[in-house]
Amino acid sequence: MTPLLELQGVSVSFDGFWALNDLNLSLQPGELRAVIGPNGAGKTTFLDVITGKVRPTRGDVRFRGRSLVGTAEHRIARLGIGRKFQTPRVYQNLSPRRNLELAVSRRSSPLDLLFGRLDSESVDRVQHLLGVVGLEPQANQLAGGLSHGQKQWLEIAMLVAQSPELLLVDEPVAGLTDEETERTADLLRQLSGDHTVLVIEHDMEFIRDLQAPVTVLHEGHVLCEGSMDAVQNNPRVIEVYLGRESD
Amino acid sequence: MSFLSKLPRWWPWVLLAAAAVILPAVLPPFRLNLLGRFLSLGIVALGVDLIWGYTGLLSLGQGIFFALGGYALGMHLQLTSLEPGQLPEFFNLYGVKELPAFWQPFTSPLFTFLAIWVIPAIVAGVLGYLVFRNRIKGVYFSILTQAALLVFFNFFNGQQKLINGTNGLKTDTARIFGQLVGSDSMQRILFWLTLLVVIGAWFLCRWLTSGRFGDALTAVRDDEPRLRFTGYNPTAYKTVVFTVAGALAGISGALYTVQSGIVSPQYMAVPFSIEMVIWVAVGGRGTLLGAILGAVVINYAKSLISEQLPETWLFIQGGLFLLVVTALPDGLVGWWRQGGPGRLKAMLGLPPAVSTYPGLDFDPEIQAEKRAIEARRAKGGDS
Repeated sequence: MTPLLELQGVSVSFDGFWALNDLNLSLQPGELRAVIGPNGAGKTTFLDVITGKVRPTRGDVRFRGRSLVGTAEHRIARLGIGRKFQTPRVYQNLSPRRNLELAVSRRSSPLDLLFGRLDSESVDRVQHLLGVVGLEPQANQLAGGLSHGQKQWLEIAMLVAQSPELLLVDEPVAGLTDEETERTADLLRQLSGDHTVLVIEHDMEFIRDLQAPVTVLHEGHVLCEGSMDAVQNNPRVIEVYLGRESD
Repeated sequence: MSFLSKLPRWWPWVLLAAAAVILPAVLPPFRLNLLGRFLSLGIVALGVDLIWGYTGLLSLGQGIFFALGGYALGMHLQLTSLEPGQLPEFFNLYGVKELPAFWQPFTSPLFTFLAIWVIPAIVAGVLGYLVFRNRIKGVYFSILTQAALLVFFNFFNGQQKLINGTNGLKTDTARIFGQLVGSDSMQRILFWLTLLVVIGAWFLCRWLTSGRFGDALTAVRDDEPRLRFTGYNPTAYKTVVFTVAGALAGISGALYTVQSGIVSPQYMAVPFSIEMVIWVAVGGRGTLLGAILGAVVINYAKSLISEQLPETWLFIQGGLFLLVVTALPDGLVGWWRQGGPGRLKAMLGLPPAVSTYPGLDFDPEIQAEKRAIEARRAKGGDS
């Protein structure tokens, strides 16, 4: 089976500093994958390279066999790659409903938005997603007034509304309560299968909840891959990452 | 606030219609002409609000498009009242014997009518596209637009042989339909025309900002990278909205020109374009009514105060801007809508206005229930 996403020897240099260094990784369709790594391991740069924000200095990024290098961000998004940011980034001056309406829209040119109406299927989808993330009571208030957890969920809902094939999720449970964290893990597990999901996270409990294969990044390079238990017992991982945390 | 919200929805239109009939009857021609001029400035202010208030693009170069619209109409009016074979007077001063080629199409009223808004729109569209495609934003965008303004100003200022340079083009003595442009009756018609165009521009801007297109503009302003990753191309949105603002500026400039009697490179002076931003800031950016009110009120105040105390106006204008930046970030209309009058009353120790009983209006539980009911109702009406 051809992988959905494939990074081949990707390196990124910022003025001589190698944020990513010969990174190789591949994701199969429907897979749920967790990526961990200490601060500065290149996790966010890794997402920036896939979504087109940063152009790799060397190497190639392939999505469904097609190279993404040099493609504009919005085109990559339309190909079916959605991204959730580290800090919740929702449009604060729009209501959750309108946030979702922007995300759900298949057509995205100015003329379509001016003259076209959102089809009833999309309207229903927005309503459904508002229910899933429990934001129905706040659907028409400004999103800026939502709590941190609600914003995280709204952003995840926006990501789902885009219905991308590949979801890149950066620290989805930062600042959430334990209960919210559990619900988020459930949601992401449900999404995998239909979608391919890649999660970056610091929270080890959360990664364990996901029951997904783990990739460990270190200094812009894949250190090892395997189940959470195998990774946690890997002496090199303990040395660079987990060992330091348990001190 | 409460007594206003009880009035029917159509009351502003009644008020407007009454003003359109009564003002020309009671105001002396001079004052009416001033009001018409300032109303026409409301149109360029709407454009500034569209790009700055809604989309976050602070342009300091709207004077370019304003003046282009003014020149388009000014050139036409120079040509309409000529005998066959004659040239506009100023050409003789510089020894020009033949009408320059780019003047020719302006003999046509239809071409001029289109040129007033299409030429500024094209210039704005091309300039905007090049700037936005290269992802120039924030303060760099502002500096760039101001630099472009200076380029245009110097060019128009230096071209005596083409467009009478620094002296500009006079429109007072020209005729439209046999009527002198500067005459009182013509000025009254222009006042009404301006009023209609302002209302039309307001509707256009409301349409642009209220639907999903408006949501996308807000998204560009608040978090442009986020919008990219949702699959939208912000460059397209910014170019479209900058083009519309350019067209509005052109129409505004044309109406302003015929009501002031002249178009000159002064319309591209740096302070004038900055003033446009101040009108919107004081009136309330992100509110369409605020843009129009800001333009009319500040300019009327300017002319009234300058008549009495000519030296003080610049200080007052600067003070107003400081006041808005520090105390009223959403301008006068924004302050009003966010319950500003109520807060002012509270500061002065007056009891707040209530719509039912104080006991009900200030009970947090009852208010929470009321909000929940309103939210449910809004949702029901929406879906």
